[in-house]
Amino acid sequence: MISKKELALIVLILVVGTVTYSLNPRFLSAVNIINMANLTGLFGIFAIGVGLVIISGGIDLSVGSMFALLGVVFLDLFANVGLHWTVALPVAVGLGLLLGLIHGLLVTKAGLQPFVVTLCGLLIYRGIARYYTSDSTMGFGYGTDDATLRWLMSGRTFDVPHTFIAFLIIAAIMAIVLHGSVYGRHLFATGKNEEAARYSGINTARVVTTTYVISGGLAGLASVFIVFYTNSVSPSSHGNFYELYAIAAAVLGGCSLRGGEGSILGIMLGTILLQILQNLVNLLGIPSSLNFAVMGSVILLGVLADQELTRRRKRSLAAVGVKA
Amino acid sequence: MAIFLSMQGISKSYPGVTALKDVSFEIAAGEVVGLIGENGAGKSTLMKVLGGVVAPSAGTMVIDGAAHDRLTVRQSQAAGIAFVHQELNLFENIDVAGNIFAGREPRTRLGLIDRAGMRREAAQLLEILRVPYGPDTLVECLSIAERQMLEIAKALSMKARLIIMDEPTSSLSLNETDCLLTVVRNLQERGVAIVFITHRLSEVRAIADRVVCLRDGQVAGHLARAEISQDAMVRMMIGRDLQSLYTPPKVTAAVDFLVLSEIVTPAFPHCQLDLTLRTGEILGLAGLVGSGRTSLANTLFGITPAVGGKITLEGTPLSVTRPADAIRAGIYLAPEDRKRAGIVLEMTIRENITLPNLPAFARYGLIRRGPERDLSEQQKTALRIKAPGIETSVVTLSGGNQQKVVLAKWLSMRPRVIIFDEPTRGIDVGAKAEIYALMRELADGGTGILMISSDLEEVIGVSDRIAVMHEGRISGLLERAAFSEDAVMRLAVGLNERHAA
Repeated sequence: MISKKELALIVLILVVGTVTYSLNPRFLSAVNIINMANLTGLFGIFAIGVGLVIISGGIDLSVGSMFALLGVVFLDLFANVGLHWTVALPVAVGLGLLLGLIHGLLVTKAGLQPFVVTLCGLLIYRGIARYYTSDSTMGFGYGTDDATLRWLMSGRTFDVPHTFIAFLIIAAIMAIVLHGSVYGRHLFATGKNEEAARYSGINTARVVTTTYVISGGLAGLASVFIVFYTNSVSPSSHGNFYELYAIAAAVLGGCSLRGGEGSILGIMLGTILLQILQNLVNLLGIPSSLNFAVMGSVILLGVLADQELTRRRKRSLAAVGVKA
Repeated sequence: MAIFLSMQGISKSYPGVTALKDVSFEIAAGEVVGLIGENGAGKSTLMKVLGGVVAPSAGTMVIDGAAHDRLTVRQSQAAGIAFVHQELNLFENIDVAGNIFAGREPRTRLGLIDRAGMRREAAQLLEILRVPYGPDTLVECLSIAERQMLEIAKALSMKARLIIMDEPTSSLSLNETDCLLTVVRNLQERGVAIVFITHRLSEVRAIADRVVCLRDGQVAGHLARAEISQDAMVRMMIGRDLQSLYTPPKVTAAVDFLVLSEIVTPAFPHCQLDLTLRTGEILGLAGLVGSGRTSLANTLFGITPAVGGKITLEGTPLSVTRPADAIRAGIYLAPEDRKRAGIVLEMTIRENITLPNLPAFARYGLIRRGPERDLSEQQKTALRIKAPGIETSVVTLSGGNQQKVVLAKWLSMRPRVIIFDEPTRGIDVGAKAEIYALMRELADGGTGILMISSDLEEVIGVSDRIAVMHEGRISGLLERAAFSEDAVMRLAVGLNERHAA
């Protein structure tokens, strides 16, 4: 089932795509499409996690710094210590899960505000990552690559980048969890009205904590994908602002920061639209310094349009309410 | 008496709906008019016309001899019309004086807020109302009743000549209600006209000079002071005789099955509670607001677990540390604040009904829509929830139907004990009778019912036994034969206390 909001996003994506294509036909060249799919996959994986946190009524600002920290930890274990990737990769994901768990417990058990908790995470992880490497760039070094892992993380199958395939698989699983499972229903109820959810016997603390754990785990996985995309980690800039891309994609995709609203399809479409916009800036020769400005303007317009639509819907609902 | 305001032939129609039809209404200075009617009868729309929020489609309003087709909010305020709303509009983080003058702060010559002047004027107004707080008290420290008085002070500060009180007593305890009624009489003596909207007919009887009843957007009738009686008002509101609001029990209460012994709630750490609930009875729990009734309910349901004592259900000890424990044992709560805790407003009827019991509809953690829909349909029919379908969002339903959704949640899960906290607050007479009948039906089926209520008529009409609470303790237990408003009140204020048998 596709909601009106998602349909509107699809239309928007098609319109922006058509305009870009008519101005620069390279938009639909194989190279460009593969490149866009790759980036969409990279960003989409963790945007889904951040989206879940937003649906619970929280926010996760820490993922960008987690990429720096988990990136250097992974590289250190894999390239310097020489651990096999079947160990190093799970360690990165596990650390992500652990950090997510800590965020979740600080929010639900200590009662801190999600913004504050994950803002501290953003600062702390970035700082540790820089200290860990003495602020120097960390790379793979000679002869430490692993062909299988490189293929898995940055290869293609039938020209489809593996990042994109991973994104689709994760999205499919999370769509079933969010829209079909008991947990998903509990998550929406908690996000909309935590009090009522609690009075219905739902363990809301566990529901909320789980979203941070999922977000942390997906960030952990994404951190390894990103390392293989950039091939090295400069801890002071690696992953900067990525948390904002994720939040932007989720909001553009219909997640409300008030919680209780959103869909996996919406988050996917939001990620795709953001990537197309970035691409458009490149292809149309718009100065790349305007990148953020274009993104911000489109999100602002989208949210304004959504607000207007909601108001109209409310008005027609109110008319029905008078009748009842 | 001089007519202050007269509305003639007021109609208001929305596309496809007529909210008001040819309504005429007048009020004189110093007059108290009780405005009654079921939910949706048009009371609020009529008052919104008066407040300038809604423009009428037809009709005229005459204020002080000047005729208007419609009022703007500004004109309405200038004419001295003020509202004391059901949902209070106060800033909790600002003090009393600041709230009274919010948006109209007096300025000094420098353009800064004139704190001294504001406090002086506020103190005068508070003096009139004889409230126990000063202009510097922060609003978050005030009780609901005290906040209501503050709203009235605010109205007076605007030189109000007509104050419209919309369900002012719905969250007040009995003696707070008495205080409010005294204030209303004082205002009346000062020449202020008052429109008193309430579902509690005993208050209308106590205070109104005249009653106007609306039904389906039209004036259903008037009652003069001498004609005001419960029966007459109910008849006008629902347009027929209501046989009885209360359904008598079919079976007499049998055995003790829920026993609370020496329970200590976190809200009253120095008080121990003993209470027994029998199968098939409705045990009324009366007392003033803040006497510990809601904390007892929350403790029983595991929201704020007990810090001491024992709960036994049918002889087996029960440990309730979170709502899931209570739910597993078949103890359910229909909370006081329906919209905040009872239902998820933006979700559908179906999603609300199955929320506490989702795993029962799931296989491998995935919800099966078929059985979920079937059960929701079944409950919607059984409880006669008035809505287009189970996919209707609960936010669009009336208070009575929302309460039915709360019940539908629990009734599908074999209840053994249901705690009703203020079950009919904000619900109109017709729906009230339905809720009472449902409660009785459940009790007759063997469910134990604990009903918390601040409405004395309700407690006495519905309960089989009444336990009264005072400052965290059970101050007395009354059997049916000993029921009287006086007996309940005496126990509620802690007079001639008897210990529970």
